[in-house]
Amino acid sequence: MQIYLPIAEMSVNIFLVLGLGGAIGLLSGLFGVGGGFLMTPLLIFIGVPPAVAVGTQAAQTVASSVSGVLAHMRRRNVDFTMGAVLTAGGFVGSGVGVWLFNVLKYAGHIDLTISLGYVVFLGVVGGFMLAESLPGVLNLRPVAVALAARGPGRHMWMHGLPFKMRFRRSRLYVSALLPLSIGFLVGLLVAMMGVGGGFLMVPAMIYLLGMPTQVVIGTSLLQITFVTAGAALLQATVNQSVDIVLALLLLVIGVIGAQVGARLSSRVKGEHLRVMLGILVLAVAIRLAFDLVISPSEAFSLGGGDGS
Amino acid sequence: MRRGIVVLWSVMSLAAANAEAQDVPLVADLSNHLVAITTGFTGTDVLLFGATDGPGDIVVVVRGPAKDEVVRRKSRFGPVWANAEAVTFRDVPSYYRVASNRPLQEFAPEMLLERRQIGVDTIRLSNVGEAIPPDQAASFRKALLRLRTADNLYDQGVGDIAFMSNRLFRTALHFPANVPTGTYMVEVYLFREGQIISAEIVPLNVSKIGIGAEIFDFAQGRFAFFYGLMAVLLAGGAGWVAGVVFRRV
Repeated sequence: MQIYLPIAEMSVNIFLVLGLGGAIGLLSGLFGVGGGFLMTPLLIFIGVPPAVAVGTQAAQTVASSVSGVLAHMRRRNVDFTMGAVLTAGGFVGSGVGVWLFNVLKYAGHIDLTISLGYVVFLGVVGGFMLAESLPGVLNLRPVAVALAARGPGRHMWMHGLPFKMRFRRSRLYVSALLPLSIGFLVGLLVAMMGVGGGFLMVPAMIYLLGMPTQVVIGTSLLQITFVTAGAALLQATVNQSVDIVLALLLLVIGVIGAQVGARLSSRVKGEHLRVMLGILVLAVAIRLAFDLVISPSEAFSLGGGDGS
Repeated sequence: MRRGIVVLWSVMSLAAANAEAQDVPLVADLSNHLVAITTGFTGTDVLLFGATDGPGDIVVVVRGPAKDEVVRRKSRFGPVWANAEAVTFRDVPSYYRVASNRPLQEFAPEMLLERRQIGVDTIRLSNVGEAIPPDQAASFRKALLRLRTADNLYDQGVGDIAFMSNRLFRTALHFPANVPTGTYMVEVYLFREGQIISAEIVPLNVSKIGIGAEIFDFAQGRFAFFYGLMAVLLAGGAGWVAGVVFRRV
């Protein structure tokens, strides 16, 4: 059965979209990842224009992060001051990201930028997943992450920065410039690649800011909720690229998939699954890289703003 | 369906009778003047039918709304392929289809086809901005025609027009799922002895209808911000509901 997507201006098989949404939802519930970093490239693979894939995925990420942040708020695991500063940075970042997206689109380089971005990020994320879980599966000693040695109380260059702020729940007194710039980078990623950016923000909050681990997830979800909402709003206003039909389809099935996945995750052996997810993520990265490197069968393409 | 065809044929016979009565060499019309893109749209056929006052060859040309179109060529930059040169062509038909009852070359002089832009290869394309070398222009032009044909938006069909007793003719014009919206012109030509005896132009409207159209208009218009707001609130609300519902299960 085909359904016409009014903003993407194409008709897709409804079962293909539901299958993709459900599968990604299942994975995100199983591994506690956002899933946007797999969904956006898959949407582009099936022919959704990159701008629509990014804008729609941003709207969909709002849904999955809202239920997450509410759960963490009930357990009082959210640092609202930190969240507000991260969000402020994120708004600026996504504003710049949407602007940059348009500049690249009219120059004809947006597809390349998105693909390159995904090759780098999926490569890094997949690599880390394998490095972390493969030794356990193969009965080796876990690889120590070099950054883990750092903790609060260490004196580094960044503690000399101005505009210091007190973050009570995180028990931190650091320059506001740090969370602002982390938020900025994440906002840039949201607007340009349609990912939540949790995979980048969570390690940065733990290792760079030295936040206590229990408030990191909730606080990052708070930021992701507001920044993806802002980015979706901006994409909808500036580029008219949020397809509400596609977003709703993905959202409904994705939410169900995520709940099933969360329930399954307690029953299956995590490490084997993490290796599999790592391999899957790396495979997507390699596929994208391969497409960029091989000689294209058709060197010409149509559309995307002004030429010459 | 069967009744529809009977009605159609009687309309066409009537049209033929009219053609003779009023001494008009050619009459033609469409079974439908609107292609409605609804939520379940997967492409559609529109029937073109008509009558002539005697033997001759019929050519049908369908042109979609003209827009500027950018063609880009990839080049190798280090290890990766990236878009390099680009040429913008002015007023490129977004849809183009030719149908005829036999190969065009058999009955129409090339000059005439060229002048009327009948046939995919005759579409005139001029680039925006400075003039570019002819060989480069030719390769970009060929690429544009090839890509549009691959997208099913350009097509040239021979023998697509069925004739009945040399007077009545009909053909099915196909519009694929990715058909652009706008006002189309369906041109019908009657050829006799290498000349155009008569021509008729029938407009055809392709537009989004129903909920999809409402969403599109809402999203594109002045209220784009509110559309975005609605999308975000809907998404946030769905996430909240899901969280509440699944907490209880």
